[in-house]
Amino acid sequence: MIIYGVALLALCYIGGQLLGDWLGILLHANANVGGVGFAMLFLILINSWLEKKGYLDELTSSGLRFWSQMYIPIVVAMAATQNVKAAFSSGMVAILAGFIPVLISFAIIPVISRLIKS
Amino acid sequence: MEIITKFIDKNGLILAFLIVGIILFISDQISRIVFNKKFPTPALAIIIGLVLAYVGGAITHGEKGISDIKWLSGMGTLGGNMLRDFAIVSTAFGASIALIKKSGLIGAISLIIGILLSFTIGLSIAWLMGYRDAISLTTIGAGACTYIVGPVTGAALGAGSDVIALSIATGVVKVVTVALITPVIAKRIGLDNSRSAMVFGGIMGTNAGVMAGLAATDPKLVPYGAMTATFYTGLGCLVCPSLFYFLVKGMV
Repeated sequence: MIIYGVALLALCYIGGQLLGDWLGILLHANANVGGVGFAMLFLILINSWLEKKGYLDELTSSGLRFWSQMYIPIVVAMAATQNVKAAFSSGMVAILAGFIPVLISFAIIPVISRLIKS
Repeated sequence: MEIITKFIDKNGLILAFLIVGIILFISDQISRIVFNKKFPTPALAIIIGLVLAYVGGAITHGEKGISDIKWLSGMGTLGGNMLRDFAIVSTAFGASIALIKKSGLIGAISLIIGILLSFTIGLSIAWLMGYRDAISLTTIGAGACTYIVGPVTGAALGAGSDVIALSIATGVVKVVTVALITPVIAKRIGLDNSRSAMVFGGIMGTNAGVMAGLAATDPKLVPYGAMTATFYTGLGCLVCPSLFYFLVKGMV
């Protein structure tokens, strides 16, 4: 059933976010420390295990796939609800911080390709 | 009129589905017709989103972009932290341990270097432009990774909405830069085989940009780049609001 996939996602989300909150308290960070990342890690682990056992059927998968297809639309809605007006005056930061790292990354690709080859 | 206002008040989220659907449809058409698919649709859609947020702020003088307009408040529900994180976690579904093994050492090395590099340079630029607090610096550095890692990190650390908006914009500039420059520069950086495509995916990591860039270079390379890029956002969401934040906090 589709809900199995959604419930599995919910399980990973809750586990990851709680771990993130808990780490935040433990480390006195007053923040969620890596919760989304942990949740993704859980999903990869559980998903791989289910796949190996053959428990992952098409409908369960589509419950997960629906949400992974929804992420761009959700990010668009998120972008539309930020305080862009306040950020506008410092827009140069976004242009530079988006552009310059990419240029340097391009430069480093052949170096790493060669490094790995040898 | 009153009926409509009341209806929208009660059904804001559903209206938001419709609006975002229309935004994506328009972006897809623009990408297809104007840019011949060279400009990634998600980047266009997010740019439209950011423009709408600016318009919303200009009209209402509020802080929550377009959702400050009363009948569009459902956009805030759809784009809120809970649904966003939920949807982002689900994107890890495509990744499996088998895929991790397949991308192996090449993937691991390029991912780590890629995230470190983008984060550090993005953060340094924010520092040079006058940002001094650890939360804003980390959020903008995370935005230089991808437009997902930025807001996830910002929300986790409690950054201001304007800084989160900047981190999204930073990530969007990255997508567009990667998508447009890759085909031009591909030959020069030896991007013509599966190995360098995997390195490329791990270093750049921004999915939409990697795919659009590789598709314009050589469609055969897309799966290799996508294989490593799949892990980038997840890894970024893991290390930016934790390890990296503490490092930045220690230095500021």
